[in-house]
Amino acid sequence: MATVEQDVTIINRYGLHARPAMQLVELANRYSSKIEVSNRALTVDAKSIMSVMRLAATQGTVLKIVAEGNDADKAIEALKQLVESGFGELDSTGV
Amino acid sequence: MKLSDIMVTDAIIPELKAQTRDEAISELIEALAASGAIARKSIPEVTKAVLAREAQATTGIGKGVALPHAKLKGIKKPVGTIGRSSEGLDFSALDSKPVYSVILLLSSPDNPDEHLQAMEAIFKHVQRDMFRKFLRQSETRESIVELIQEADDLG
Repeated sequence: MATVEQDVTIINRYGLHARPAMQLVELANRYSSKIEVSNRALTVDAKSIMSVMRLAATQGTVLKIVAEGNDADKAIEALKQLVESGFGELDSTGV
Repeated sequence: MKLSDIMVTDAIIPELKAQTRDEAISELIEALAASGAIARKSIPEVTKAVLAREAQATTGIGKGVALPHAKLKGIKKPVGTIGRSSEGLDFSALDSKPVYSVILLLSSPDNPDEHLQAMEAIFKHVQRDMFRKFLRQSETRESIVELIQEADDLG
């Protein structure tokens, strides 16, 4: 069982609002690893939308993602890509 | 941010007449206008924005709760209201279950951070089983207002 950690920065203007939060939760749920996301104050289950929305992660916020399990590497890589892509909002109104 | 800072007491609807998602959204927006929280002439624009957001992805986040929302020019600070449906509404929710509590939130496009703080204030309470249970059981505006107050006091 591997534990993998990664810091990611929220780059889209509107931050981790409802739609990107749902994308993140949906992606996290594709992996069997236990996945947690934290800001400075709070660590939450990345697989629960109600928890992830509590991060209130604004543009520029650094989040730490920690995955623990057999597919931890893959999960971290996929989540990192999603966040770094700005949740697909960079070329529209999200800039 | 506190829930009571966002929710407009006079616009809370303890029993929605709505039978559908769109009717519920309209009813809550109408209530916000009637309470004076938003301009009456903005109703069509607000309704269109909230439904457009809903069309992108459902805000029915599961466990009987939906959070329709939109960012609109003309909204200065986050403003919202709550509607309760005892029969349940179809929001095509993530867990495919009916929605009993609809929390509408409108915020400014110029202040995305404030929108996230308002969402955080809402989710802080909504993620608690007891809050969702009591909200679903609250049959009067007064009891919903009291629930919000107690939730805020609890922190």
